[in-house]
Amino acid sequence: MNQTYQPKSWLAHQANRFAPGLFFIGLVLLWELVCRFGNVPNYILPSPSAIFMAFFDVEFSRWLTHLWATLRVALMGFALSIVIAIPLSIGMMRSELMNRVLYPALIVIQSTPVVAVAPLIIVLLGTDDPSRVLITCLITFFPLVVSTTTGMLETPPEMIELSQSLRAPRYRETWQIRIPYAIPHIFSGLRVSITLAIIGAVVAEFVAAEEGLGYFIQFSTSFFKIPQAFAGLIFLSVISLLLFKSIQWIQAWWFPWSLPKKK
Amino acid sequence: MENSAKAAAYVSMKNVGHKYDPRPETPMVVQGINLDIHRHEFVAVVGPSGCGKSTLLRMVAGLLIPSHGEVSVFNLPVTEPRDDVGIVFQKANLLPWLTVRKNVLFPLKHKYGSYSATDEKRANELLEMAGLTQFADKMPDELSGGMQQRVGIIRALLLNPDILLMDEPFSALDALTREQIGFDLLDIWKKNPKTVLFITHSISEAVLLSDRILVMSKRPGTVLDLIEVDLPRPRSSKTINSPRFAELTDLIRGYIYEPNVPA
Repeated sequence: MNQTYQPKSWLAHQANRFAPGLFFIGLVLLWELVCRFGNVPNYILPSPSAIFMAFFDVEFSRWLTHLWATLRVALMGFALSIVIAIPLSIGMMRSELMNRVLYPALIVIQSTPVVAVAPLIIVLLGTDDPSRVLITCLITFFPLVVSTTTGMLETPPEMIELSQSLRAPRYRETWQIRIPYAIPHIFSGLRVSITLAIIGAVVAEFVAAEEGLGYFIQFSTSFFKIPQAFAGLIFLSVISLLLFKSIQWIQAWWFPWSLPKKK
Repeated sequence: MENSAKAAAYVSMKNVGHKYDPRPETPMVVQGINLDIHRHEFVAVVGPSGCGKSTLLRMVAGLLIPSHGEVSVFNLPVTEPRDDVGIVFQKANLLPWLTVRKNVLFPLKHKYGSYSATDEKRANELLEMAGLTQFADKMPDELSGGMQQRVGIIRALLLNPDILLMDEPFSALDALTREQIGFDLLDIWKKNPKTVLFITHSISEAVLLSDRILVMSKRPGTVLDLIEVDLPRPRSSKTINSPRFAELTDLIRGYIYEPNVPA
């Protein structure tokens, strides 16, 4: 009655274990087959093998330049939004007035499509890093503000009473109780933001850039080098995934107590 | 000095009542409470859920100023939380990001920003007294519910308060743990005599632990009776089987259930 699910044979067990990987490989194989036998031209949908070969059409140092350009903008924008979002959340949590004044402004910023604002920012700040970083920051900071504020406001009232019963200064209530309490929330915000940071960097490159993976994809597409564009896309997904994972690693390493309990 | 201290009440409530909303049509939460708690006396408050027991505790703690009457501690009206009053919260209320030892030291860290080696020694002594030495460097979620609440109790003892306020401290524990921790508390209380105000909704717990029991009515909470518990100390599991114990619990049960018995 109480038995947990157990695969019947060794083979079934292995199949179960590798199911996600097998599914992925199967999908790529299907894609390859459709391209080969369906006579799909490379400039419409390149086959996985063509994409793989396209990696070598571009010099390795060129890949690194584009990769670094995108990564740099994404990380700077992400860092800037952390630096802005966390103090802003603390301010909004501490001051009712600040909350009332800023919250509508934040909603307006958030509901304006950044893609539409991007060209205007380029006009305003020029075609260099500052404008790209600002675009990235605009797209990433809202989830951070929301998660940090939510976490701090959800601090159990008994913890706040503990602080009040000690007549501790309010900045210690913030630093020693509310912010640590918000850590799991902050990290879920960071996970959302880091993937948005890559999107922000790419959007900015679409509008104005001479390097970066977003620029590379656009450039390759306009010359009908579709396999190359796909190769760039794969790089983007990989760094996006690695950044997402790094946030999880940082959380597991520095704040192991904040992870959901394994049952 | 000693004599007058013994004669004077440590905690005194004079015609105390409270409503959260000052408008005249809103009902009172508690009403007309008169109670004097003397030095090293253990007073329990029992009553149905929502009768304002916790409100009463918060008024003694200085976390809530009563809208009617006066609460005083050492003959001074309570206007804010005091250093000589410690609080044990419901569900331990430990900070999950700190080790057990750091949780015990938290009141000092939070109030003054740091603590000394002497303080750490005191924390270690408290941990030893509660039988938690080997768990000092564990995180709270690695401890059982009963152990967590023992940490909550010794944390409240860190600043060596004269008065200990306990807000349904064992309500989150299972029945067996609950009985055991009751005896643990009596043991700790014997080693560190304190004036205790103990809020509970368990009748047998109140009878087992306290010197006097304040029985409260449904909301608005008023005093139904103040019962002297004349069971000899030290109390043990034998106490629970004594006829007097049964008489006292029956007496209180009568107060709490009588008005609800259908005709």
